[in-house]
Amino acid sequence: MSSLQATVNGQEASLSGVSAHTTMLDWLRDQGLTGAKEGCAEGECGACAVLVARPDADGGTTWTSINACLIPAACVDGQEVVTSEGLSATGRLHPVQEEMATRGGSQCGYCTPGFVCSMAAEFYRSDRCPAGSPPACGGHEGDAEHGPNGFDIHALSGNLCRCTGYRPIRDAAYAVGQASEDDPMAKRRSAPAPAAAATRFSGPDGDFVRPADLAEALTVLGERPDATLVAGSTDWGVDVNIKGVRSPLVVAIDRLSELRTFELPTGPLDTPQAGTQYIELGAALTLSEIERRLAGRVPLLEQLFPQFASRLIRNGATIGGNLGTSSPIGDMPPVLLALNAVLVLASARGEREVPLVDYFTGYRQSVRAADELIKAVRIPTPLAPITAFHKIAKRRFDDISSVAVGYAVDVQDGVVSRAAIGLGGIAATPIRARETESALIGRPWTAATVQHAANVLGGEGTPMDDHRASARYRTAMLEQSLLKLHAENPSLQEV
Amino acid sequence: MSQLSERPEKPAVGVKVPHESADLHVTGAALYTDDLVSRFPQLLHAYPVQAEHAHARVTSLRTEPALKVPGVVRVLTADDVPGVNDSGIHHDEPLFPTEVMYYGHAVCWVLGDTLEAARLGAKAVEVDYESLPSVVTIPDAIATDSYQGEQPTVARGDAAAGLARSTHVFSGTFESSGQEHFYIETQASIAQVDESGQVFIHSSTQHPTETQEVAAHVLGRSSSEVTVQCLRMGGGFGGKESQANGYAAIAALGATLTGRPVRVRLNRNQDITMTGKRPDFHSVWEAGFDDDGHLLALRVTMTVDGGWSLDLCQPVLSRALCHVDNAYWIPDIEVHGRIAKTNRTSHTAFRGFGGPQGMLVTENILGEVAPLLGLTGEEIRHRNFYQPGQLTPFGQPVRQIERLEKIWTQVLDEGRYVARRLEVEAFNRAHPHTKRGLAATPVKFGISFNLTAFNQAGALVLVYKDGSVLVNHGGTEMGQGLHTKMLQVAATALGLPLSSVRLAPTRTDKVPNTSATSASTGADLNGGAVKNACEQIRERLATVASGVLGVPPNDVRFVDGQVHGLGSSHEPLQWADLVKTAYFHRVQLSAAGYYRTEGLHWDNARFQGEPFKYFAYGAALAEVEVDGFTGAYRTRRVDIVHDAGDSMSPLVDLGQIEGGFVQGAGWLTLEDQRWDASNGPTRGRLTTQAASTYKLPSFSEMPEEFNVTMFANATEEGAVYGSKAVGEPPLMLAICVREALRNAAGAFGAEGATVHLGAPATAEAVFWALDTARAQAAPDKASVGAPTSAVPQPVMASNR
Ligand SMILES: Cc1cc2nc3c(=O)[nH]c(=O)nc-3n(C[C@H](O)[C@H](O)[C@H](O)COP(=O)(O)OP(=O)(O)OC[C@H]3O[C@@H](n4cnc5c(N)ncnc54)[C@H](O)[C@@H]3O)c2cc1C
Ligand code: FES
Ligand code: FES
Repeated sequence: MSSLQATVNGQEASLSGVSAHTTMLDWLRDQGLTGAKEGCAEGECGACAVLVARPDADGGTTWTSINACLIPAACVDGQEVVTSEGLSATGRLHPVQEEMATRGGSQCGYCTPGFVCSMAAEFYRSDRCPAGSPPACGGHEGDAEHGPNGFDIHALSGNLCRCTGYRPIRDAAYAVGQASEDDPMAKRRSAPAPAAAATRFSGPDGDFVRPADLAEALTVLGERPDATLVAGSTDWGVDVNIKGVRSPLVVAIDRLSELRTFELPTGPLDTPQAGTQYIELGAALTLSEIERRLAGRVPLLEQLFPQFASRLIRNGATIGGNLGTSSPIGDMPPVLLALNAVLVLASARGEREVPLVDYFTGYRQSVRAADELIKAVRIPTPLAPITAFHKIAKRRFDDISSVAVGYAVDVQDGVVSRAAIGLGGIAATPIRARETESALIGRPWTAATVQHAANVLGGEGTPMDDHRASARYRTAMLEQSLLKLHAENPSLQEV
Repeated sequence: MSQLSERPEKPAVGVKVPHESADLHVTGAALYTDDLVSRFPQLLHAYPVQAEHAHARVTSLRTEPALKVPGVVRVLTADDVPGVNDSGIHHDEPLFPTEVMYYGHAVCWVLGDTLEAARLGAKAVEVDYESLPSVVTIPDAIATDSYQGEQPTVARGDAAAGLARSTHVFSGTFESSGQEHFYIETQASIAQVDESGQVFIHSSTQHPTETQEVAAHVLGRSSSEVTVQCLRMGGGFGGKESQANGYAAIAALGATLTGRPVRVRLNRNQDITMTGKRPDFHSVWEAGFDDDGHLLALRVTMTVDGGWSLDLCQPVLSRALCHVDNAYWIPDIEVHGRIAKTNRTSHTAFRGFGGPQGMLVTENILGEVAPLLGLTGEEIRHRNFYQPGQLTPFGQPVRQIERLEKIWTQVLDEGRYVARRLEVEAFNRAHPHTKRGLAATPVKFGISFNLTAFNQAGALVLVYKDGSVLVNHGGTEMGQGLHTKMLQVAATALGLPLSSVRLAPTRTDKVPNTSATSASTGADLNGGAVKNACEQIRERLATVASGVLGVPPNDVRFVDGQVHGLGSSHEPLQWADLVKTAYFHRVQLSAAGYYRTEGLHWDNARFQGEPFKYFAYGAALAEVEVDGFTGAYRTRRVDIVHDAGDSMSPLVDLGQIEGGFVQGAGWLTLEDQRWDASNGPTRGRLTTQAASTYKLPSFSEMPEEFNVTMFANATEEGAVYGSKAVGEPPLMLAICVREALRNAAGAFGAEGATVHLGAPATAEAVFWALDTARAQAAPDKASVGAPTSAVPQPVMASNR
C-alpha cells in the first residue's frame, strides 16, 4: 500500500492502515477526530456528516456534505475533507456553529456536529440567495422550506435530532448570513476540486481499485467477475456496515468522466424534434448534480428529487447506483419507466442499449452481465405534459417508498393519447402498469374512466405486508394514486 | 415565599443562557464515552452473540471456533462471572443466560483486538438451541396468563355503580404501541482496572450508582471498588436508566479478566434489538357519561408489556395508574394494572414513564365519544377538568388546578381557537380531498419518584483557595440541560457570575448513592443538594465576612462576585479575597450537600398517598392537514402554554418543551414499532430494528408554526428557586396532534360520527380512519383495500 492520504481540516492525514472496507467515519475517528459520530451506520441520521470538496459544473468546487459512515475511507485518497472540528479551526466559531450554539440548537449535542456540517454545506452553496435577490436565483427564499437567507431546509433532511424538536435548528439555519470575503472555505470554491486519484491497494479484507479511466475499469471488470462496483456507496455502505458484506475487490467508479456525461437535446424538451432526441445522464452523476443541472427541465424528475432520501444521500447517490441495485423499491425506476428511459451498458466487449422496461429480470436481478456497467441513462423527448410522482412512505422527508408511482400522460382533445405508468414496491421488480395504461389510452379523461382504471391499477402487481405498510394499504394507494392524479389534472370539461 | 424557592438579588437562575456545553457540541469537541477509545492503548472491543430465537434453551455453547479467529482474545461466558450472573436489580435478568428469553438476547460476548475481529469471532461461536414456546404479544400473554410482578389497583368510589348510573356507557379495547428511545448515542461503556486496582467504568448511564452496583455484584466486589463516571450522554430519555448497567458490567468483567481496557458499544441494530423500550399498553375500558358529557365512572384493565423481565415496569405501571385521570375528575373509578411477561426486550423507562400511556387511555376515550355526545373534544375535556379541592383517585389533592383553567384559556386565546375552528370548517367545505383538524388537550403530570426513597440527592461543592468553584452533583447530563441549571443554581447560591463556576462530570466517587436522573426530578433534587452545599459554604464565608464588614452574618450579601454588608460602610469584598481570608481562618471551603423532598408519602399496598411534590400543568392546541388519498399529514401549527414554574433556565426549558412535544408526537403518529408475531422462524423478531425501518420525526414532522409560551407568575414554592420540572410533562402535550388527526379524518365523513384511530396514528392508520368515515357517509366511496377491522371498535350502550 503506497502513500494514500487526504487533506483533513487543512492537514495531511495518512490513510495507511485502512482496509477496503474501513469507512471514512471510522478512519476519521481513529485519527482522533471524534466530532463526527456514528448514530446508525446506514446513512439515516447524519451524525457522521462531513464536508468534501467536489467539482462543480463550472470547474470550481462545491463543499458537499456526505455521510462519512457510508463511503470507504479509501475513496477520499487525494481528496479534501472538512469536519466540524475544522470549521472552527481558527479558534472562532464558524457562523453556523455560532447560530447553533446560541439559539439552543444543541441539547445532548450528539447530532450537532453532523448538523453543523450539513448546514455549512448549505451556507456555502453558491446559488443560495437571500430574499431580495434577482429572480434568476430561483425565488424560493422565504417560502415554507426556505429561509429569508435562501437556506433550503432540505439541506438538513438527512440529519436526525432526538432532542430539540428541530425548531431551534431551523431558526439557526435561517439566521446564518452570507460567507464573508475572507472566509477561506468560501474562497476555496473558485479553485478546482481535487481530481480523483487513481488508487490501488490490497488490504486484509479485500482489494480496492479506483481506475484511472473507463477502459481500465472495464478491463478490471472483465478480469474479475468477483468485483463490486461502488459509486456513491450509499447502498454499498449499508451492506458493509449492517449486513457485514465484504468484497474481494471494490472498484470505485464515481469519478470516471466517461460516466459523468450530461447532454440535453438542442430544442425544447416538450415538443417533437426531428430525429431521435434524448437527454443523457451519465451513470455516475449524483442525484444532487442532476437536480442542479436539470434545474426543473424534467418536471417528473424535479418532483422526485426532494422525495428521494436526503440531501446528504443525494450528494453521494448516483443514478447508476440506483439502477445498479435492481431494488424493487428504488425511486428512480418508476419514474424512468414512465419516461421510457433506455440504459447504455458498457463492457470491454462494447456498448449496448437496453430499454429500462427490459432491464429488470427478477428480485434484484437484471440483464446486466458481470463484466458490464451502466454507463448512462437516456430519456427520450418530447416529454409527456402530465407527469406526477407519488411516493407513499411513512415519513415525508427521507424515507423508503412502500409504493411509488411515476406517471407520464398526455390528453389530447379530452382523450388519453399516451400513458406510461411505472410502479415500485409492489412486485419483485419495478414494473410498468400495462393493464392500467390500456384502460386509459384512447378513453376520455373523465372520472368514470379514471375510476375504472384506478380499480385496474389496484390489481397490478402483488403487494406484500411488511413493516412499512400492509398489502391492502399498498393496494389502496395504487388506486388512490390515479384518483389523485385526476383530481389534480381534471379534464377540461370537468373543471 | 419558602426558603427553598426564594431567589436572591441578581440570580443566575432564570437567565436565558445556552447549554453549558454548546460551544463544545457545535465544534465536535464535546466528548462522549465512545470518543475516548483512542485514549486507551491495548483496548479490547466486545461483540455480542445474539440468539435468533424468541424463547429457547441453550443446549451447548462452543467458543473454541471463535478463539481461532485472528485477533480474538477471549469469549466471556457465564463461567467467567465471579459474582452474581445478573444485570438487573430484581435478579431476574441473567447477564449470560442459559435460557434465551427474546429474539436477539446476547448469550455470550467476544473480545477482540479490533471490532472486526470481535465481530468475526462472534459469528464463529457455535450455539445449539432447543426452541421453546413463546409469547410475543400482550393478547398472547393475556390468553396464556403470562404475567410478572405486582398487580396494583387504584380505586375510588364504586365504578360498577357509577357505570350503572351513567346515561351513556361506552366500552372498548385500546392499544398503544411502544417507542424506541433512539438516543442518537447508543449504549456505550469502557472499563479499565486502574493503577490502584479500582475498576473504573466510563458509562453512558442515567444511573451511575446502579451501574456501579450492578458491575460490583457481577464482579463479586464491593461498591467501593468500582467507580462509574458519566461524562455526558448523547441522549437518554429513560433508555439509560437501567439499560446501561449490563453493558457496563460486561466491560468491567472483560477488563478484570484480561487486564486490558474493554469497550462495549452497541451498534444501532444491537441497541434496538437488545435494549428495552417504552412498553406497549393494552387497555380494556368502560366509561360512563351523563348527558352533558361528564365522565362519571371509569373502569379499566391495563396490561403493560414488561418484556422478558421486570426491569422498571412496576414503577412504570404505577405511574400509568396515577395518570389515567390526567386532568379530569372521575368520581367512580377502578383501574387494574398488570404486567405481561413476554418474549421481547425488557421494557423500561421512557420520558413520562407510563404517565403518557396512562393518560392516553382516557384522552382516547374522550376523543372517541365526544362526537357521540354532540360535543367537541375541547368541550368534553374542559367540562371534566378537576376543580379546586378535589383529590386524585389515589388521594392526593390536585393543588394549583386553577392554573390549568388559566392555561387552557390562554392557549385557546393565543391560538385563536374560536376563529380558527371556523376557518378549518370553511377550508374543509371547500376541499373534498384535503381536510384540516384542530384539537386541544391538557396535561397534569405529577413530579417526584413514586417511590419516596428515591427522592433524595447529594452534591459536593469545592471552593479552591483561588476562589474558583467546582460543582459535583449526582445527576447526569443527557442533553436536558441539568448541568447548565446546576451551574446556575451554584452561581445563584454563591452570588457569583455564572462564568466563575465549573462543573465536573458525574462520578460515583464524588457523590455516592445517587438516584437515577429521571422522572424529571434531576433539577429539583440535585438543585436542592447543590444549593444546600453552596449555602453551607456561603454561611461559613458570611461569618468570616461579617467580621471584616462589621455586620451580622445575616446581613452579608453575596452578589455577582462581590460580598457586601447591609448598611456597612466598608468596601465590598471580592469573592476570591474572602475565600483566601477564610482559608487562613481555617474555615472549610468545601461542602457535601444533601436534599430530600419533604412531605411525600406513599402506601404502595393501598395505592394511596401523596407521592408527588407538585403537578406540572400545560395545554396544547394543534392543527393538522390530512391528504384524503393517502392519509399523509402535516402539522401546520402548534400552540403550547406550559407551566415550568419560574423557569430556572428559560432557553433550556423551551428546548425541553419543544423537544418533548415532538418526541411525543413521534410516539403517537410516526414511530411504528413492529414485531414478528408470525409462527415462522423469525417469530419474536423486531422487524423495525434500524433507522431505515424505524422512523423518527425529522424536519418534516416539525410543526410549521410552533408557539410556546411559559405560564407566567408560576412560582413553585416546593422546589428549588421556584421552578418546576420540565423534562417529561411536555411529551404528553402531543396527544393533541393525534386528536387533531382524528378530527381531520372525521371531517371526511358525516358529522357526529366517532372516529377510531390507531396509536401510532401513522399515515396508513389515518387513511383507514378517514376511509371508514368516508365510506360510512357514502358507502360507494369505500376504497378497494378497505379493511374488515382496522382498529378494535368500541361498543356503545345506552342506559336510557
Ligand atoms: C438513508 C438512505 C436513504 C435512501 N433513500 C432512498 C430513496 O428514497 N429512494 C431510493 O430509490 N433509494 C434510496 N436509497 C438507496 C440508495 O441511496 C440509492 O439506491 C442510490 O441511488 C445508490 O447509488 P450509489 O451511487 O450510492 O450506489 P452504490 O452504493 O455505490 O452502489 C449500489 C449498487 O449499484 C451498483 N452500481 C453502482 N454504480 C453502477 C453502475 N454505474 N453500473 C452498474 N452497477 C452499478 C453497485 O455495484 C452496487 O451493487 C437510500 C439509501 C440510504 C442509505
Ligand atoms: S451514522 Fe447515521 S448517517 Fe452515518
Ligand atoms: S441534540 Fe440530542 S440528538 Fe440532537
